[in-house]
Amino acid sequence: MHTLTNGLGAYAGPVALAGEGPVTAVTASGITAYAWLLVALPALGAAILLVGGKRTNAFGPLLATLLSWGSFVVGLLVVISMAGRADADRAAHLHLFSWINVGSFNLDAGQRLDPLSMAFVLLITFVGSLIHVYSLGYMKDDPDKRKFFAYLNLFVAAMLLLVTADSYLLLYVGWEGVGLASWLLIGFWNDNPAYATAANKAFIANRVGDLGLSVAIMIMFFQFGHVDFASVDAGAANASPGALTAMGLFLLLGACGKSAQFPLQSWLGDAMAGPTPVSALIHAATMVTAGVYLVVRSHAIFEGSPTAQLVVVIVGAITLLFGAVVGCAKDDMKKALAASTMSQIGYMMLAAGLGPVGYVFAIFHLLTHGFFKAGMFLGAGSVMHGMNDQVNMRRFGGLRTVMTITWATFMMGWLAILGVPPFAGYWSKDKIIEAAFIGEGWRPWVFGLAALIGAGITAFYMSRLFFMTFHGKKRWTEDIHHPHESPLTMTIPMMVLAFGSVVLGAILGFGQTSLLQSWLNPVFGITAGTEGEPVLPANLLLGLTLVLVLAGAGLAWVRYVRDVVPEIAPHGNLVTQAARNDLYQDAVNEGALMRPGIHLTRSLVFTDTRGIDGAASGLGALVIGASTRLRKLQNGYVRSYALTMLAGVVIILGAVWVMQ
Amino acid sequence: MNQFPWLTLMGLVPLVGAIVVWVLPAGLAPRAKQIALGFSLVTLALTVAAALTFSPHSTAQFQLVEQHQWIPQFGVSYALGVDGIALALILMATILTPICLLAAWHDLPGEEGTSREKNYFALMLVLETFMVGVFAATDVFLFYVFFEAMLIPVYFLIGQYGGQRRQAAAVKFLVFSLAGGLIMLAAVIGLYTQGPGGVDGFLVQKLTGLHLSESTGRLLFLGFFIAFAVKAPMFPVHTWLPDAATEAKPATAVLLVGVLDKVGTYGMIRFCLQLFPEASKWATPVVIVLAVISVLYGALLAIGQTDIMRLISYTSISHFGFIVLGIFAMTTTGGAGATLYMVNHGFTTAALFLFAAMLVNRRGSKRIEDFGGWQRVTPLLAGSFLVAGLSGLALPGLGAFIAEFLTLVGTFQRYQVAAVIATIGIILAALYILLMFKKMMTGPKPDLAKGTPDLGAREKWVVVPLIALFLVLGFYPKPVMDIINPAIRTTLGYVGVTDPASVVTVADPAQPTTGVTK
Amino acid sequence: MSLSHYIYLATILFSIGAVTVLLRRNAIIVFMGVELMLNATNLAFVTFARVHGTLDGQVIALFVMVVAAAEVVVGLAIIMAIFRARRSASVDSANLMKL
Repeated sequence: MHTLTNGLGAYAGPVALAGEGPVTAVTASGITAYAWLLVALPALGAAILLVGGKRTNAFGPLLATLLSWGSFVVGLLVVISMAGRADADRAAHLHLFSWINVGSFNLDAGQRLDPLSMAFVLLITFVGSLIHVYSLGYMKDDPDKRKFFAYLNLFVAAMLLLVTADSYLLLYVGWEGVGLASWLLIGFWNDNPAYATAANKAFIANRVGDLGLSVAIMIMFFQFGHVDFASVDAGAANASPGALTAMGLFLLLGACGKSAQFPLQSWLGDAMAGPTPVSALIHAATMVTAGVYLVVRSHAIFEGSPTAQLVVVIVGAITLLFGAVVGCAKDDMKKALAASTMSQIGYMMLAAGLGPVGYVFAIFHLLTHGFFKAGMFLGAGSVMHGMNDQVNMRRFGGLRTVMTITWATFMMGWLAILGVPPFAGYWSKDKIIEAAFIGEGWRPWVFGLAALIGAGITAFYMSRLFFMTFHGKKRWTEDIHHPHESPLTMTIPMMVLAFGSVVLGAILGFGQTSLLQSWLNPVFGITAGTEGEPVLPANLLLGLTLVLVLAGAGLAWVRYVRDVVPEIAPHGNLVTQAARNDLYQDAVNEGALMRPGIHLTRSLVFTDTRGIDGAASGLGALVIGASTRLRKLQNGYVRSYALTMLAGVVIILGAVWVMQ
Repeated sequence: MNQFPWLTLMGLVPLVGAIVVWVLPAGLAPRAKQIALGFSLVTLALTVAAALTFSPHSTAQFQLVEQHQWIPQFGVSYALGVDGIALALILMATILTPICLLAAWHDLPGEEGTSREKNYFALMLVLETFMVGVFAATDVFLFYVFFEAMLIPVYFLIGQYGGQRRQAAAVKFLVFSLAGGLIMLAAVIGLYTQGPGGVDGFLVQKLTGLHLSESTGRLLFLGFFIAFAVKAPMFPVHTWLPDAATEAKPATAVLLVGVLDKVGTYGMIRFCLQLFPEASKWATPVVIVLAVISVLYGALLAIGQTDIMRLISYTSISHFGFIVLGIFAMTTTGGAGATLYMVNHGFTTAALFLFAAMLVNRRGSKRIEDFGGWQRVTPLLAGSFLVAGLSGLALPGLGAFIAEFLTLVGTFQRYQVAAVIATIGIILAALYILLMFKKMMTGPKPDLAKGTPDLGAREKWVVVPLIALFLVLGFYPKPVMDIINPAIRTTLGYVGVTDPASVVTVADPAQPTTGVTK
Repeated sequence: MSLSHYIYLATILFSIGAVTVLLRRNAIIVFMGVELMLNATNLAFVTFARVHGTLDGQVIALFVMVVAAAEVVVGLAIIMAIFRARRSASVDSANLMKL
């Protein structure tokens, strides 16, 4: 590993341009120079567990957990050293090794350690490590436990590579790495064919997104001749709006794939086939938010293209409503949470598309969401653990008494996502709603209202989920399910995350210039006072939001606590049915892509064997046929040969005579 | 001019090995494979030693040069030499040969120690000789001789040792190749008449930069290109490949698809581009279209296959489309990407074919639907197969990704639409690999007779080097790139093209400056 | 006497020989037709040698005679062999060259 740090001195770090904000990166030194350990530690864990095989069964899971915590410690130390520096010197660059060097394409592998990436690093390593601990309990009896931890470590390594990469191409490596880990983990119990299909669906939807990311990188190279962040940021200032729009839209396509945004959202619900810790870590807290990271990281491109920004906002708004509507109808606890994740990421996208006013809130909501959603997923896992892997909420009810800790921690997450003050969601989501109302013309009204209504629906379906699971009459029987509280390895992570759901918002978001804002400021270079005012007074918005949230929660209380919840889902009206079927997204995909695709491949296979190969074989048959006929001339009669010779000679002589 | 004859030696050692194996007395016949493996390893060692003497900074196009008169009356010389492209491909071929020999260890069950088995290994060594020769030849006629001579061992390897329809497949392969080769022969002779002539008139250097008339140049280009397109194989002359690769023994299929077909794409760089720059540019639009069709067509057909070996063959057609795309983009990035792709594709295909063959041997069927749940039967093998498949779909972190990406980026610099359409190939690649993996490996554990073994020690020696190569080429491809780069620059110098400049000039981040010039 | 008469004679002899070869079935007769054609050409060669006043034609005529003699030996031997094997000298019954 020495080679990794050797090149340090040679790289002075990219230097930003005037007017582009203080993105100057200094060469990494001190503890920051060891930031490669962030990626290396979990990668090492994955390698040991996968290569070591059965020999590591005994200690593997513990080792993986320790290495993940090791990564967190490194991250924490880097953040501490970063906090000790002046604003301008916070972004560090760590040169790793010479990676690709062909023709005009020169790219070194390196890490960019700035406040933005370190915010992610802390989230990923902390939540990731907690979920490692949780999994020690949750996966205790699984025969493939070692593999599970190997994949988890692989995921953490890839995710950290994604957020610390210094170029789009290295980011792409991490991007696909998390995709691979996600595929492996969704299909972890792939002896169930449906789960294997779900894994494939996720990977392929992500690949559609990857097409976008690939093309975006190609455009960057075409435009700027480089694909590292520093050069792209620098070049964006001088690029044409058309090029920036193209880049922005293709990046957005990539982000949509990874973050399950409209129209590539359909895989996330099925991805719940994976073990619940995976859903918590990958499909709620970290991986699915990578799209938001990509958009925020590419802010220089999006700021140069209002069109692309508008599309980001539209996608975010559609998805946040889409997810919220779907979430209202799901009876599968994990799928309802997945729909909620989709919706919450829609909020982040919307914020990220708003421009400088929204970046900080997008990241803020991403961090708080990482805590409360992971906490709730772990809670769901705890419920499933105690309920014999039942996920149908119509079979739950009244679990408050048997799973007190789960109930309490889940409640913190529930209050946080509702945005009840002073829980975490209040600080981040309400800010996004407020920011959505900033602007001119029709936009603040449309997007602001979408965000506002979304908050109300969120309150309804999250309360529905919470009440159906923990309150009301019990709809389970002792002999089928033996509900019990989970062991400490599982409840402690839940408690930690619940604590975070309570206080994280206030810690990061309190005050005129919040902690997070001042931390991230060097990255975006936002100057104070340029944010503008919402079209409605902020206090009115706050009030409206709270009213809507209370209304949503109240409605849920009426329907799912006061009224009796039927154990068999009622038929429901058309809207409910549509929402239950994910608003027919699968049917659309199937009709528009899958069936035509199957027909296309079948007909092509036919064409290839009959048509193209047939043409070649036909040529052969033609030659054989012609030879068969020509062969008849060779009849074996000497006299006819002699005649042929004579005729030939006469013709030649005649020809000579005519020529003369 | 003549230094230590590395290249001759690299060709000679396997040939000697083949003869030794062939004449082996009956008593020693069971040792044939060990001896063959030994000779191939010596060849590999020689190649590595030769590669170490290769200097990427040399100004001459070819290094390790040897030149002797052969048929001076016709200007034919025995001339060998390598540039970075050829060296990389020779390295790939000599790495793959021992791996294939090892994988072919028990290819002829029930015939251990027979002369038929002896001949099998001897033929593979003969093939190695020709593979080295064809990449090392710097005399056009000598290249042609090797180009055609390669067909002989492959014909026998398919026709004698293949599956049930081996004869038909072997003949199909031979006819396609000979048809292409014949057209090329005409072009080779035509090219000589246009050249300066003399006792070494067939040397590549003598034939580079000729002032050909427009129509002559184009006709000669077509003669070469058609032969290479058949070999590569490109749509629509690809249909021999699935048959040949399916009927052949897996080790033969690897050498056929992984190495021999590269002669086609290698020939496009070395002969089409270098000798006929004008005609190459003239043909580019058509070639680019055909390449894009190959990419998508091969991938779509792969999705529709029910036979695993055929599926792998069709993925290769798709990958060759990428390679041709990169070559004819005529940018340094695309060219280097294509060359890197050739090397990576060799290893990827080898892994896919050989690992699939291990599964087929255990199951006794090539039909994908006869598998299912094999992840629980042979976890190590399934995992290895997954890694090979991921390399096939060019997952970042594995070597094929960098190659594919550079190819596409290089293409994008000139042909944006073609590059974007070809990028759809990455989605299709995910489909054909993952659908196959799902059908074969996932699902409930099948009811098989107990004792289906997982990877054995010999098989591990096949698997580990290939996977190690994927990872090395994925994260640290610099050594290979360093030798490829100058060769690509030289070739494109002959073509007379320079990379398009980026639209916006951005200061090189390696030299920190603050302004941006437009 | 004009030398062209020799040429006419040679042509007539050649035609008779050719017709014999084409029409008759008995191998011996066919053979005789071949000999007749050979001698007709010999006559033509000698004639042209006379016309041009060179020896080339005569030399070739001598070569033809030598070759014809050798050919007769081989040819008759083959005919004898076929006759012994098949009890017939008809050329039509000997079509073994047919595929």
